[in-house]
Amino acid sequence: MKRTIILLIAVIVSVTSVLAQIPERPQPARLVNDFANILSDGEKQNMENALAQFARKTSTQIVVVTVPDLEGYDRADYAQRLGENWGVGQKGNDNGLVVLVKPKVGNSRGQVFIATGYGLEGVLPDAILNTTIVNEEMIPRFKENDYYGGLAAGLNVIMDITRGEYTAENYQEKVNAGGSAGIPFGIIFFILLITLFGRRRRGRFYSPGRSLPFWLAMGMMSGSHRSSGSFGNFSSGSGSFGGGGFGGFGGGSFGGGGAGGSW
Amino acid sequence: MKRFRIVLIALVSVVLFSSCGYNKMVEMDEQVTASWAQVENVYQRRADLIPNLVNTVKGYAEHEQETLTGVIEARSKATSVNIDPANLNPQTIQQFNQAQEGLSSALSKLMVVVERYPDLKANQNFMELQAQLEGTENRIAVERRKFNQTTQSYNAYIRKFPRVIYAGWFGFEKKTYFEAQQGAEQAPEVQF
Repeated sequence: MKRTIILLIAVIVSVTSVLAQIPERPQPARLVNDFANILSDGEKQNMENALAQFARKTSTQIVVVTVPDLEGYDRADYAQRLGENWGVGQKGNDNGLVVLVKPKVGNSRGQVFIATGYGLEGVLPDAILNTTIVNEEMIPRFKENDYYGGLAAGLNVIMDITRGEYTAENYQEKVNAGGSAGIPFGIIFFILLITLFGRRRRGRFYSPGRSLPFWLAMGMMSGSHRSSGSFGNFSSGSGSFGGGGFGGFGGGSFGGGGAGGSW
Repeated sequence: MKRFRIVLIALVSVVLFSSCGYNKMVEMDEQVTASWAQVENVYQRRADLIPNLVNTVKGYAEHEQETLTGVIEARSKATSVNIDPANLNPQTIQQFNQAQEGLSSALSKLMVVVERYPDLKANQNFMELQAQLEGTENRIAVERRKFNQTTQSYNAYIRKFPRVIYAGWFGFEKKTYFEAQQGAEQAPEVQF
């Protein structure tokens, strides 16, 4: 009898572990989803604000997801499915990005994967994600258990590179509907300028951290005076919550692009 | 009188076609075609990476001529098989799969050989190619899955009542899935 119960439990456990699913889209929509509990509340809030602001400005949605376990999926597979299920990024542009982190716990290796939506594959090629962002910015910090530092450093580079790719134009209505102040015309004009400039220079001239591309530096100066979406030093925090969230996920699609690593 | 009849038939068929799901079937058929194009697209992407990869490896590992030739041959075989989406049937898919399969195994052999050349592994260009190759394998897996998903919803749609009765009249046939071959679900190992 006892044996039957044990067997039954084993069967149930194995069945549920097979059925273990990728987390559902959060309600209300959030950009920072710390399922593994590796970030403090303040860190989460800062990151959420910076990413939401970035999403409002550029329409590019970056989602950070930490999970305690990959449920048997390959890291690339997990990140792609999650991005596709949640619909990160705008439909049509497919400019979503998923940063997936599974912290190192005991003997299980830490895993990180950055999945790019179809629309970001061009500006963020796998090779750049792999060498520059994952291997140089993130993993060294993750190894020292500095998850927030690694994420912040990686995200800053990502935001720098993708800033010019999409403009807030197609996002304008949503923001207005949300009741927050519209983006002044001058800034839109500037973003357009940056886009034009960025397109020409993108990629070839990029060398992370060492020399900020010209258009990027301009973008940073010209953006909102409070902060430009960069949150490397978060003592500035977020001034106000006027903007609220980022308007929800837009239905972007993922094709398996991106790169990752483990430590 | 005759003209009136033609107009009447045209009108009735317009109403019928739009309500019986004809348009939807066309739409889904096109989706399957589009996702097949994506599948070929990502395989092509992999093929495009290979000349660069072979050249990089050649510079460091001259003694591996045989493996390199194997990769090049498998590549030309793989790129020679292209399927017209209108002609997707088990045989053609099988053929396509086999050719790509050959390339996958040639590539994994190459990646094993590369293990012996630490200088090559540390080469910046090679590391980038490796990341791209890994990304391409991921894309292949995703597009194959998406193709199967669209095919599944198309098949389910045309085989449901009442469309099952007349879908065949318009030439909407059940389509084939892109089944993984034995071991094909494992991407070539590019771990170092």
